[in-house]
Amino acid sequence: MLSRCIFTLIQLNDMFFKLNPITGQPLYVQLMQQIRHATETGALQDGEQLPGIRTLAEKLLVSPNTIAKAYSELEHEGLLELRQGSGAFVCVKGRIRSLADSVRVARRRIRDLIDRLRDDGLVDEEIRRAFEAELLFPAEVASKR
Amino acid sequence: MTNEFVILTHRLTKSYGHCEAVRGLDLSIGRNRITAFLGRNGAGKSTTIKMLLGLIKPTAGSGEVLGRQITDAEQNREMRKRVAYVAEDKPLYGYMTVEQTINFARSFYSDWRIDVEQKLLLDFELPANRKVKSLSKGMRTKLALLLAFARRPELLILDEPSEGLDPVGIEYLLRTLVSCSAEGVSIFFSSHQIAEVERVADHICILEKGSLLMDASVDQLRQSYRRIDIVFSGLPPEHDFRVSGVESIKTDGHQMRVFASRNAEAVVERAQELSAVSVEIAPVGLRDVFLETVGEN
Repeated sequence: MLSRCIFTLIQLNDMFFKLNPITGQPLYVQLMQQIRHATETGALQDGEQLPGIRTLAEKLLVSPNTIAKAYSELEHEGLLELRQGSGAFVCVKGRIRSLADSVRVARRRIRDLIDRLRDDGLVDEEIRRAFEAELLFPAEVASKR
Repeated sequence: MTNEFVILTHRLTKSYGHCEAVRGLDLSIGRNRITAFLGRNGAGKSTTIKMLLGLIKPTAGSGEVLGRQITDAEQNREMRKRVAYVAEDKPLYGYMTVEQTINFARSFYSDWRIDVEQKLLLDFELPANRKVKSLSKGMRTKLALLLAFARRPELLILDEPSEGLDPVGIEYLLRTLVSCSAEGVSIFFSSHQIAEVERVADHICILEKGSLLMDASVDQLRQSYRRIDIVFSGLPPEHDFRVSGVESIKTDGHQMRVFASRNAEAVVERAQELSAVSVEIAPVGLRDVFLETVGEN
């Protein structure tokens, strides 16, 4: 159990969390998305412990406030449980299955939509850009409508 | 008020003859944050820091550090016990060895931490028996940083801490900054190195010609600063885009590039109303923000 836990931490630090200071998203939002993604794919499982705020901040070389903010927002969403003095634990009981199902449904819908857009004569690059614009800058795109 | 901010200044000014190095500066630096103080060479960063520490006297205005008036000698002494400072020129005694320097500094401070001292001595690969005068610039910087980091101050003020450091040294510096911050130390550091600031800072203040040009949280900056590239079929109607939040507009033929600090959606909307052929919106890095802000000035 211990060795598995250590393995997970190393994997988490080195593989999953990559914060990009250049993109138009705050670093804490990037970290939240990556933790969410890791729970959706099952890379992070229920009850698993995340690195402490200080450890992860030193590893990623970002302000401890960035990690603290991401953890506390995720606690708000119910995805993490913060225990005083012992760190952050993943809390996905019952969520994972329905999430996996939702993701499957979403992919089917997206596939259908992409087919329709191609029929409308859009090329894949244009479709990709439209998706990215919607995802990255929803407020700015919304005002166009 | 004093609890929320570690540094507060009001109309702080320093003139040398006819030259105003710092002009009516209003700073409010939050507690438990890493704040980067950016600016070009000669923008007034070091002068500001020296006034904060009471090393030079302001020509006008006032300021407080940890709730202590910067111009009051007694309050200044109190404040200096709780603030660690690394000066721009890293003054050290040349005739002492690295070890003697550390022993000397340790004897002054009741908040000294042997564990941090030992760790940094190893990390920074400082030669204990070498005389300070024969150290390279980078080594001097490392020694000065060690002397500040080995204390447990409430506030850490660093003037160009990465000067002379190689990439490995910068990595150790940033890691030490992060771990100090995790222990609850507020950090205020000046720099003109954007890349090192971009990751670790919570907040940035940009100084230009002695005045504050920008005071923003880095999260907010990432969220709201945008570059919008617009193409028109005719000549771009530049004047229609002078709305609030737009920092600069450049045109080239049918193309127009707008740089907005907020309100990017209004720019996009206007472009649509004016039948733009294409509108593309992209985030901008701190480097671009700095160049645009300082450049426009």
